[in-house]
Amino acid sequence: MNLDFSDDQKLLQEEAKKFLTKEDALKINRAVMDSDKTYDQDLWNKIVELGWTGIRIPEEYQGLGLSHLELCVIAEELGRQLAPVPFSSSVYLFTETLIEFGSEEQKQSILPKLVTGDVIGTLAIAETNSAPTINNISVELKDGKLSGTKIAVPDAEVATHAVVVAKNGDSVSLCVADLNSDDVDISVQRNIDESRGYYSVSFNDANAEIIGDEESGWSNLEKIMDHAAVLFSFEQIGGAQASLDMANTYAKERYAFGRPIGSFQSMKHKLADMYVALTLAKSNSFYGAWALSSNAAELPTAAATARVSATKAFQLCSQENIQTHGGNGFTWEYDCHMFYKRSKVLSLNLGSLPSWREKLIKSLEQANIKL
Amino acid sequence: MDFNDTPQEAEFRAKCRAWLEDNAELKTKKTNSAKNMNVGNKSLLEAAAEWQKKKYDAGWAMIHWPKEFGGIGATPIERIIWAQEESKFNVPKGVYEIGLGMAGPVMMEYATDEQKERYLPPMAEGKEIWCQLFSEPSAGSDVAGLRSKAVQDGENWIVNGQKVWTSGAHFSDFGILVVRHDPSLEKHKGLTFFFVNMKSPGIEVKPIKQLTGGSSFNEVYFNDVVIPDSQRLGEIGDGWKVAITTLMNERLAVGDADGVDANEAFELAKKHDKDGEQLIDNNAVRESIADWYCEASGLKNTKLRTMSALSRGDTPGPEASITKIVSANKLQAIGNFGMDSSDMSGMLMDEESDFIKFQMAWMGAAGLRIAGGTDEILKNIIAERVLGLPQEARADKGLAFKDIPSGS
Ligand SMILES: Cc1cc2nc3c(=O)[nH]c(=O)nc-3n(C[C@H](O)[C@H](O)[C@H](O)COP(=O)(O)OP(=O)(O)OC[C@H]3O[C@@H](n4cnc5c(N)ncnc54)[C@H](O)[C@@H]3O)c2cc1C
Repeated sequence: MNLDFSDDQKLLQEEAKKFLTKEDALKINRAVMDSDKTYDQDLWNKIVELGWTGIRIPEEYQGLGLSHLELCVIAEELGRQLAPVPFSSSVYLFTETLIEFGSEEQKQSILPKLVTGDVIGTLAIAETNSAPTINNISVELKDGKLSGTKIAVPDAEVATHAVVVAKNGDSVSLCVADLNSDDVDISVQRNIDESRGYYSVSFNDANAEIIGDEESGWSNLEKIMDHAAVLFSFEQIGGAQASLDMANTYAKERYAFGRPIGSFQSMKHKLADMYVALTLAKSNSFYGAWALSSNAAELPTAAATARVSATKAFQLCSQENIQTHGGNGFTWEYDCHMFYKRSKVLSLNLGSLPSWREKLIKSLEQANIKL
Repeated sequence: MDFNDTPQEAEFRAKCRAWLEDNAELKTKKTNSAKNMNVGNKSLLEAAAEWQKKKYDAGWAMIHWPKEFGGIGATPIERIIWAQEESKFNVPKGVYEIGLGMAGPVMMEYATDEQKERYLPPMAEGKEIWCQLFSEPSAGSDVAGLRSKAVQDGENWIVNGQKVWTSGAHFSDFGILVVRHDPSLEKHKGLTFFFVNMKSPGIEVKPIKQLTGGSSFNEVYFNDVVIPDSQRLGEIGDGWKVAITTLMNERLAVGDADGVDANEAFELAKKHDKDGEQLIDNNAVRESIADWYCEASGLKNTKLRTMSALSRGDTPGPEASITKIVSANKLQAIGNFGMDSSDMSGMLMDEESDFIKFQMAWMGAAGLRIAGGTDEILKNIIAERVLGLPQEARADKGLAFKDIPSGS
């Protein structure tokens, strides 16, 4: 029985934590929020230098050839310190798609550049304000040309490429498009988290190349979403832990009625509830990490389970962290809002909590999995 | 990461399994878990005694105990493996858990060698049943507020007072007992710990009829009960320290609530028909089941994380402290869900129907949320011991016990 990370993986996590602390990622995040930027170039460059963008990329394509587990521990630290970089888009979504479904040629041309940072990727799915389904995708791929508009595409400005979910005749396909092309218009969309960038991306007969089986685009997308759900869940438990830690520190230092607020029972129970939610989420995320790294048949169930509990935990912890801070919690000056906002975009970026509950039930219906 | 046993663990599991297969019946889908719940039922007592004895004779009763007391000196991980395997079989439960789980460790730690030799083997064998006499009418969550009195009289102590909610006292042979030897001391300092023969003159046990209609717990009256000083566990005045070892055991280690879970809710929702529409097609039902599934999975994987630490020889973190709060509340919610699914007839109980498990869950959960530390106390413990938050301001600090306000 070993539902835990190895010593080497824990060491990597420790190093990631030290690095992000030394860089003061939280402060950088605040600086991004205060500017009109949506990521930090310098921090991103350093992350690329450390090799994190190539963790899962096989050595034959100049990556580190490590497993999803190494990626999970890095994700937890990025989440804990809210690093404002396009890591989730490029690594959990775009790179995963290439590794999983890219042709040899596509892998050779793109994977090494993801390692060096010359290519940054993202994934474009949403088009309207209802959840995307196999039936409502209207951005179209025809004769190698893409047309139509995607919205809420994360990191599209810094990204050089996107995997685009497109209607292709009677089916849905995944394809890769060059976002620097003249036939692609990108404009920033205002969003709730000033440290992250979401964009509308219009394709005007832009060149695109199919990736993976052209009939299986939707099921391939679901597979990538399962991978990303596990990786996102680690960012979420990192953020949830940071929120709980902040609340805990403040509850011990802040006095009211002549005593620390953390000695009031409703505050204690609030923090205990946060701890309970986080512990469930962490254990489920470990389970997801196992399923992902071992490519287990349970992956759809494990990923949705990790995702639902991690989303709930981060939302609860970040929201109650604000409450614990009283008026200070509602200010721009305190960090609480940064976690609150990140918790919501991390949730919505991959589809809402209700959508993932639904995926979980569907996976149980299909797989007939028992606890 | 993997869920595999180490080779030694696998070998041990196979051994457990082989013995269990020869001696008990595997649970099947048809096993009606609700039927085993009425503690105090004579035939359950007999069945439990028989099973305990069988285990003892083969060395499986208290495997983590040393050989001389009937164990095999098993490691913590082996103990979990045994429990996992045993739980897959349909064996009687609800008679020995408190004695073995609460009284056993205290006796092991504080009794003399002679006493251990005398009492531990029959406890493991199931020949003698033990109960825990802590709670009193005025002291449950605040168990250190107890009032039963012990007065020293030469080599003996004379005990007077009342205990309550004592599970199994009506069929127990011995009990572990905390009493107040000096009310002029501060609350936690005036307590002393004993074990007592439940057949001692002056002990009167009165079963309490509980919400379920059954009687698994009791009032226990002490009228001039004589307890030899040799049955004191720990020093005079160390009663709280001794009690806290058991309470921590109980409050933090109380396991998963037995009974219906996300799977059963899911199965019910799939077969339940409402005007041609299956319940599982109802969005609210889907969302609830998803959340229960996540909780159940979270608890299961939390346990596996604890096991992983034990398997490596490390001390597990405090993560298991969430178990009872989550599982007892989930049990209550699923019980409610089950009955609601039958709408106007959801209250009708039928012993022969599998549906009764939802009703039993709903009833039992109400007690589980209280027994062994209430939800509120468990949250206090998580806040104070795991998160390190300061203690509540207290109205009884520094006061002699007799001067503490009691509301009566
Ligand atoms: C099925 C069952 C079996 C039991 N078996 C045994 C047994 O074998 N031996 C034994 O000794 N005892 C046993 N008990 C007793 C059990 O430990 C107590 O009932 C429990 O600790 C609560 O104490 P109480 O009943 O006095 O309630 P109280 O302590 O009076 O609590 C009443 C309410 O007040 C709340 N409350 C109390 N203090 C606080 C606080 N500081 N902060 C917030 N809320 C608070 C509680 O959470 C609860 O909601 C059993 C109980 C049950 C239900």
